[in-house]
Amino acid sequence: MEIQNRITEKLLNAFSPSHLQVVNESHMHNVPAGSESHFKVTIVAEQFSGKRLLPCHRLVNEVLADELANDIHALALHTYAPEKWQGESTVPASPNCLGGSKHD
Amino acid sequence: METIDKIKEQIAENPILLYMKGSPKLPSCGFSSQATQALMSCGEQFAYVDILQNPDIRAELPKYANWPTFPQLWVDGELVGGCDIILEMFQQGELQELIKETAAKYPSDAE
Repeated sequence: MEIQNRITEKLLNAFSPSHLQVVNESHMHNVPAGSESHFKVTIVAEQFSGKRLLPCHRLVNEVLADELANDIHALALHTYAPEKWQGESTVPASPNCLGGSKHD
Repeated sequence: METIDKIKEQIAENPILLYMKGSPKLPSCGFSSQATQALMSCGEQFAYVDILQNPDIRAELPKYANWPTFPQLWVDGELVGGCDIILEMFQQGELQELIKETAAKYPSDAE
C-alpha cells in the first residue's frame, strides 16, 4: 500500500479534491501479486475547471512525477471539474492487460 | 541521427501519429489497444511508431513531450494526449472532428 498511500497523500495535498479515488489495478496485469505498478486515479477538483484535458493531466503528472519515473508503470487518469462530475459510474473502466510489460 | 531529431522528424512528417506499444493489428498493451481502436474508428489513415521496437524513442519522447506514458497521440505537430484523453474525446465526438479536419488539411499522397 506504500505507493498507493503516497499517491493519495500527494494528490490530497496538491488539489484538495472534492472526490478522489486511487485504485491499484496491478492485479489486472502481468506483474507479481501484491505489485503496485498500475493505478487508476479519479480526481475531482476546482483546478480542472475551464481547462482542456491535456493541461489537467499534466497537473497530475507533475505532482506524481517521482512515482511515474520510478514506481508506476501505468496510470489511468480521469480528471473532472466539480461541475462536470456526475459520479463514479461515469468513469470508464481500464483495459485488461495484453502483456505489454513482459517486454520491459 | 539523434533520437530527438528522429522524433521531431516523425512528428513533423506525420500529421496523425500514434506512439504505442505494439502495432495497431497486434497491440501489446490494453491502453494502446483502446487508443488504436478509437483512432481507427475515425476512418482516416494514421502513422504509428512501436516504442517497444524503438527503445531510444521510448526513452527520449516522454522528456520531449513532457508526458510520462504511452500511448501518445500527436496531431498536426501537437500532443493531443494519452489513452484516457483519446477515449474521452472520442466519446464526446471531438476526436473524430479533429482527425477528419487534419486528414482533410493534409491529403494523403501515399495512395
